[in-house]
Amino acid sequence: MTRLPRIDVDFHVPQAPMADLLGYLDTYFRQQVTDREIHTQPFRLSSYPANSPLTCGAVLADRPVPEALDALGSDIAIASDLHGVVSLHNPDMRAALMSAVNDHLAATWLDTDPRLRGSIYVSMEDADLAVAEIERLAPDPRFVQVLVLAAQEAPHGQRRFWPIWEAAARHGLTLAIHAGGVFRLAPSVAGWPAYQFEDYVIQSQTFENILVSLIGEGVFQKFPDLRVVFLESGFAWLPMTLWRMDKTWRGTRQEVPWLDRPPSEIIRDRVFVSLIPCDPPGPDEVRQVLTHLGGTDMLLYASDHPHRQFDGHDPLPEGLPEADLPAILAGNALRAYPRLAADPAVSRLAPRKQEAV
Amino acid sequence: MTRHVVARVDDFPDRAIRRVEVAGKALCLMRRGEAFFALADRCPHGGAPLSGGRFTGTVESDGPGSYRMCRMDEMLKCPWHGWEFDIRTGQSWSDPGSTRTRAFATENVEGQELVKGPYVAETVPVSVDGRYVVVDLG
Amino acid sequence: MNKPMRDTRAKTKLRLVDCDIHPAQKSPATLFPYLESRWVEHLKTFGTFTRQALVGQLSYPRMTANGMRIDAKPEEGPPGSSLQLMQEQHLDRLGIEQGHLVALGRGGMEERNPDLSAAMSRAVNDWQVAEWLEPEPRLRGGIVVPQDNPEAAVAEIARRADDPRFVQVIMSTRPNEPLGDRKYWPIYRAIAEAGLPLCLHPAGYSSGKPSTGTGWPSFYFQEHYTFVPGSEALVTSLVISGALEAVPDLRIAIIEGGFSWAPALGWRMDRHFDTFRAEVPHLTMKPSDYMRRHFWWATQPMEEPKNGRHVQDVIDWIGWDRILYSSDYPHWDYDDPDFIFKFPLDTWQREAVFGGNARALYGGRA
Repeated sequence: MTRLPRIDVDFHVPQAPMADLLGYLDTYFRQQVTDREIHTQPFRLSSYPANSPLTCGAVLADRPVPEALDALGSDIAIASDLHGVVSLHNPDMRAALMSAVNDHLAATWLDTDPRLRGSIYVSMEDADLAVAEIERLAPDPRFVQVLVLAAQEAPHGQRRFWPIWEAAARHGLTLAIHAGGVFRLAPSVAGWPAYQFEDYVIQSQTFENILVSLIGEGVFQKFPDLRVVFLESGFAWLPMTLWRMDKTWRGTRQEVPWLDRPPSEIIRDRVFVSLIPCDPPGPDEVRQVLTHLGGTDMLLYASDHPHRQFDGHDPLPEGLPEADLPAILAGNALRAYPRLAADPAVSRLAPRKQEAV
Repeated sequence: MTRHVVARVDDFPDRAIRRVEVAGKALCLMRRGEAFFALADRCPHGGAPLSGGRFTGTVESDGPGSYRMCRMDEMLKCPWHGWEFDIRTGQSWSDPGSTRTRAFATENVEGQELVKGPYVAETVPVSVDGRYVVVDLG
Repeated sequence: MNKPMRDTRAKTKLRLVDCDIHPAQKSPATLFPYLESRWVEHLKTFGTFTRQALVGQLSYPRMTANGMRIDAKPEEGPPGSSLQLMQEQHLDRLGIEQGHLVALGRGGMEERNPDLSAAMSRAVNDWQVAEWLEPEPRLRGGIVVPQDNPEAAVAEIARRADDPRFVQVIMSTRPNEPLGDRKYWPIYRAIAEAGLPLCLHPAGYSSGKPSTGTGWPSFYFQEHYTFVPGSEALVTSLVISGALEAVPDLRIAIIEGGFSWAPALGWRMDRHFDTFRAEVPHLTMKPSDYMRRHFWWATQPMEEPKNGRHVQDVIDWIGWDRILYSSDYPHWDYDDPDFIFKFPLDTWQREAVFGGNARALYGGRA
């Protein structure tokens, strides 16, 4: 079989050391960070402890970035650094350090490997500052998405966040929501689990609620150009969520009348999910989920490197329909990412799939 | 003969919604002003007796946060799952393609006209001085 | 017309068991005869004290008629408060052989005052006996317990366990801690020793934690969905915490929490079990094995995919011996057995779902 082009939408570069961020800070924050010895702290997110097998258990985890890209066969990879500075409560220091993370990503990775594209990592807790960061970096076409974490203080659809989504949509930036969270709230209505395993499993349940939030608030009507990508969300839960949303909508639509069609139709071409982790245990179950989902149009190839999501060297699970592989590996990403579609280096890799009429 | 007398107009208050049984069929009979409407009294989605429902309208919207009440009282809200049915056509608003309950033509007839027939009055005795709701069961 | 295929033979010749019926109190005073005067005075003065802003109502108003069937309102009191109407429009109409009461609200499950929570649970259980189980032999009760006062919960189970009219124990699904927390294990041991299943049914009352892992939703359309992840999180917690390893004969009925998510959750836990195995050495089986060993699932609210047979795929994974029919009378999303399956069932499947599985789970009590 000829090698198909691959666009990896979830590739993690090593977390920027705090000391390396100092050079991107202004005098005030550099002084603050060093005087208070903030830069001596590790800033690891509890969702991804440094040495946990989830965080660094992939077969290729120890390879330097370019070698990992080679080994994965990635033509393009969207890079992110899920840096713990996002959890700071001081809004100005948080924004300054997140800007530093983004600048560090551009200088360290985007400048050095032409296969990499970037994420504008923002906190949702101060919409004005998030918008300012988007405006600052949007002129650089290598940034293709705005990246936020899944577990926040309020559901992503709410109006308080619309300025951020508006700025993203206006610049052709996709909204990427990655597993993990700022731990402001219990990760489920049940409360705080005792084990990281449990915390990780219920992440996908948070994504279910995020999807219902985005739909219910009318985000897709309000921002007709906005595309949303769920990263590391899993997708086996999606058919059930769509069934349930459609059913509930039939009885409650007077409350949310901007939903003029069943929710499952509204998300078509607007919401995408990364292929990894692929939770169904084997090809038969994968096929069943895809049948229930009505196809593979929402799936985006991803490695989640260096997180442990697959055995061996190839993240591609079994059970995907052969004919859909070019789209899953690259074509769907062009529908999900306007900036990739507009990038000649990318679009020549993966001609857009003929839109079905 | 398909025309059935189902009620005396004077006994059926405005905005009432009632179940009437005629020729083995259960109907959801509704009155709005001088007009009567009849649907098969069973929600095709979940089996509810529609006669337990309420009048409602449809809501239109220009986008999030915008609400415009339209077609007030032209829809019937199912008593269980809240699906809305057009009282004239029986068509469901939320699933118009595949969910519809049967609608029957009704008319409001003077007793003196009615006694000329043909009609069936199984449960409603007809006299010349009344006005009657007649449903065409087709 | 009515294109989706449906199975019209459900009610006929079946010994129907309905695993979810909600009795209601006419007013807060309904429970007074079952409470000591100290608590009657307390309730008159202070009322109940829960973890939400409003007393006796929810901050997510339901869609229609306060979340009830519009046609289920008796002449006096809220829907579910009239045995006669329940008999007429539900038990008699469907020909139900046995119906299981799930007494939500005012049961002490959400009350913060520990002694009041114990008193209210006792009262609601006495009320079930006196006003429902005595006059209507088709009904069965559920022992409501104040789960966040575990000692009192265990005592309440002991008080009721010999009454065969109680078929299960009911805990809140919005408790103070995830249900796998060890503070609840003594309750599970008491439930298992009594030979009763545990019923987990979504509760609208707040646990004091947002109803999603990312905060409070805005619309009822969204809040309604939170019952699904809320139930998923409880199953996840019960499995991963080791509670089911500690109480290996605990049987759990997920009522109104959905069932269609079970396969995906089982797959997800199994997939990541390998990664996290060293963290949870107390688990001796794959997580999905615990799901298969310990859980039963009620049908309502039935999923309605465009292709009804997709529901069949889900139940094939769960097992037809684990699905329980439930109506949710008198709530708005009530399910009539004739209408819930949009594909034909084999006779054995129908008999299992509409009664046989419940009789097997609830043993001699159902």
